[in-house]
Amino acid sequence: MTDLMAGLHQPGDTVLHRLPVGAKVLGLAGLSLAIVLVRDVRAAPAFLAVTLLLAALARVPARSVWRAARGVLLIAVVASLLQWWWYGGAKAAETFLDLLSLGLAALALTATTEVNQMVDALARWARPLRVLGIDPDRVGLTVALTIGALPGTIAIARETRDAARARGLDRNPRAYLSPFVIRVVARAHESGDALHARGIGDD
Amino acid sequence: MPTIELDEASVRVPLPGRGEREVLAPTTLTLTERRIGVIGANGSGKSTLARLLNGLVRPTSGRVSVEGRDVVREGAAVRRLVGFCFTDPAAQLVMPTCVEDIELSLRRRVADGTTRRARAMEVLAANGLADHAHDSVHSLSGGQRQLLALAGVLALDPTVVVADEPTTLLDRANTRRVGDTLFGLDQQLVLVTHDLDLAARCDRVLVVDAARVVADGSPSDSIAHYTGLVDR
Repeated sequence: MTDLMAGLHQPGDTVLHRLPVGAKVLGLAGLSLAIVLVRDVRAAPAFLAVTLLLAALARVPARSVWRAARGVLLIAVVASLLQWWWYGGAKAAETFLDLLSLGLAALALTATTEVNQMVDALARWARPLRVLGIDPDRVGLTVALTIGALPGTIAIARETRDAARARGLDRNPRAYLSPFVIRVVARAHESGDALHARGIGDD
Repeated sequence: MPTIELDEASVRVPLPGRGEREVLAPTTLTLTERRIGVIGANGSGKSTLARLLNGLVRPTSGRVSVEGRDVVREGAAVRRLVGFCFTDPAAQLVMPTCVEDIELSLRRRVADGTTRRARAMEVLAANGLADHAHDSVHSLSGGQRQLLALAGVLALDPTVVVADEPTTLLDRANTRRVGDTLFGLDQQLVLVTHDLDLAARCDRVLVVDAARVVADGSPSDSIAHYTGLVDR
């Protein structure tokens, strides 16, 4: 389970920790747009350097940086190989570095921002939606629950895969997918009951 | 102690194409004791009985009330009175870190983030989890997770705590730890359990069998009745 915690908040008192959530989200959006829109292989190492600097500023442990990078690495390698095949080496290198930069930029945000801070900010930003009958707190909570559900869903996927293997059915997709979907839905029901029991969504 | 009343409360669930199945027969009870145990076989109706007490399950007929508040008509008020602890804490813990999960419980009650954090830290400290405040909920042991889930319930200061087999997934040491925590609470406790040692610590024990409360009395009498059913 430890690798599921790569993007977890790291308590601290750095400049990035102290920045308001809105500034960090806007910063991440701006940086991400710049990474995606600037189509120049010479800019890619600069963007990677900026995001590494952000991770260092946030004092994200090197192990977490590696875990986050490892998560993006597989996608980056596949995407880069395709780019290399279609457009050549320069484009492949740019794609590879840009994807790593995006992953690290996101890590700098999640490592310095607690989910509850994000929920509070989202709920604030969603206040105008109240006129449409939408509860802003629920908007924030929905995002938080989505984030929170990811490690649990991955754990269920692993357990289901292991169970299929133990029965010698690891090459049968039905033996894996059917119980996985059923267990995820069951867990969603259980979590719904647990939230209901805590009175969340009552008012 | 608060008063929990079931007045001919029953629960039936539809079976596709086969009518209905009674998961709890009409049951009338008045629960005023401080520690109430509920024992019985798997599928006997214990959890349904527990879930009726805070409106997670609605009675098909009859009425359930806590402190005079109807669990159907005044569901939100009843849930403020009755905290519920589930068998598997993994389903109950939805935030990434321990302190954030406690803060989630407090969201509607404490608007200010700083005050909420301070209150959450107090709750963690009171439950022996202060050192784990910023740890991932996934890194805790089974016993710590169950204690955290219980802390999330206690953060809301309920007057009744319903715990549905909270020690079933735990080893002996953690069972003792969670059990000691539950029996040390000031609140009224309704404990659904397979652990007869825990049941023996209650003031009153109900035995549920085949959707009916078949015994209701002192722990020794009820446990004797239950073991008789098992050995039958």
